[in-house]
Amino acid sequence: MRALDFDYMLGLVPVILSYVPITLAMAGASMVLALALASLLAVERVIRVPVLDNLVVLFISFFRGTPLLVQLFLFYFGLPQLLPALANINGVTAAVMGLTLHFAAYMAESIRAAIAGVDRSQWEAAQSIGMTQAQMMRRIILPQAARIAAPTLVNYFIDMIKGTSLAFTLGVTEMMGAAQKEAAGSFLYFEAFLVVAVIYWIMVEALSQVQGRLETRLNKAFAR
Amino acid sequence: MISIRGLTKSFRGAPVLRGIDLDIEDGEKVVVIGPSGTGKSTLLRSLNFLDVPDAGQITVGDLTVDAARASKSDILALRRRTGFVFQNYALFANKTAKENIMEALVTVQKRPRAEAEERALSVLRETGLAEKADSYPAALSGGQQQRVGIGRAMALGAEVLLFDEPTSALDPEWVGEVLDLMRRVAEKSQTMIIVTHEMQFAREIADRVVFMDGGKIVEAGPPSQIFDAPRDDRLRRFLKRVGREQGAG
Ligand SMILES: Nc1ncnc2c1ncn2[C@@H]1O[C@H](COP(=O)(O)OP(=O)(O)OP(=O)(O)O)[C@@H](O)[C@H]1O
Ligand SMILES: [Mg+2]
Repeated sequence: MRALDFDYMLGLVPVILSYVPITLAMAGASMVLALALASLLAVERVIRVPVLDNLVVLFISFFRGTPLLVQLFLFYFGLPQLLPALANINGVTAAVMGLTLHFAAYMAESIRAAIAGVDRSQWEAAQSIGMTQAQMMRRIILPQAARIAAPTLVNYFIDMIKGTSLAFTLGVTEMMGAAQKEAAGSFLYFEAFLVVAVIYWIMVEALSQVQGRLETRLNKAFAR
Repeated sequence: MISIRGLTKSFRGAPVLRGIDLDIEDGEKVVVIGPSGTGKSTLLRSLNFLDVPDAGQITVGDLTVDAARASKSDILALRRRTGFVFQNYALFANKTAKENIMEALVTVQKRPRAEAEERALSVLRETGLAEKADSYPAALSGGQQQRVGIGRAMALGAEVLLFDEPTSALDPEWVGEVLDLMRRVAEKSQTMIIVTHEMQFAREIADRVVFMDGGKIVEAGPPSQIFDAPRDDRLRRFLKRVGREQGAG
């Protein structure tokens, strides 16, 4: 067994760090879009619009039932063959699309469960004062569901950050792609991938800290 | 003026309201009593469309809603004329006491925030909870929560307030303050329909007492008639039973 090349690893850290922004940008954009889409899907699942409901169920089933990597390949390599307009789709766009749809399907289910977990008295009180369905959802039900769903949603965001590493298979140079290129040049695969692993790990740990604080804040209204 | 005509409601084929007719004058206090499972809550909830009646007409002021073909806007209009006070308070858990009262004023009635806030604070003062304006429901006692619940309904300026056993979920120590607040609401010539098991309170506050049994109004009249000279056998048996339970008449 050979010794680890620490100097190489130290030198690599700033290189990989310079790709943190693109990784976070992909994860952040996907998270915002996925949250918005998931909320719509979840509300639809609760109020069950005929026909649309079947489509939503099918959508959720497909994107939960197939691997993320397969979905990314479908968007990046597959779709352009069907839709020439997408011929110039770039890797980042395809990755954000794939991550958004994939995680929206998962998050829709947890938001739906959280909505169902809001006490029935909250719905009735909102109805009794004459709120419309939309007002009730936006002002009373979703804020309370957010509190229930928050820990799970942050977990999905963590998965999403890790999921962005798959974008390198679409030719995107993000953290993983950069590590891959460096390793191919130096042949120090273990060192390169260890550095990138540790940086992912630190990012996720930092997020877990934020998660704890977020929960305290969301629980404010419910604590004595 | 409230007018209820031929109101019926079944749950999965089991009739719960079997044709309710009732007229209520402006400012009148009507107390509804009756055995458990008789449809008292269902009647109140139907007036607010929390339960959707199968048939019948409900008139509140200048609005008449035909239950069988009530449109969405009918339902909203009816709800905006009726305030509901829940047995379990049902305060919005994500809003402070003040925000609970402001919510309908801002979101439903589209009043300016500043005006709504002023109104909420004045209602809170009336309920004796001014210093709790910024507390969340979880930080309030049951009695305080129910007083906010009553304040929320009062602030609507609704034609009628509907109370479904407002003290039944309370620890005995908080019942008095909630009944006191209801007395003060009553003094403002607010029309009220109250379902309660507090017979002493019913006798004191009611202009008219309605006795329901089996989904029907069996007997109605002033408290003196209902409590001191009941005519119907079922009412007599009911009063005897609650008299024994409450240890007084
Ligand atoms: N959502 C519902 N689904 C099915 N059955 C219901 C529903 N709500 C009420 N019921 C039934 O309707 C009947 C009347 O209920 P309701 O709550 O109106 O009675 P109540 O007179 O208010 O009784 P209590 O004094 O116990 O509150 C009961 O048999 C009850 O089980
Ligand atoms: Mg009841």
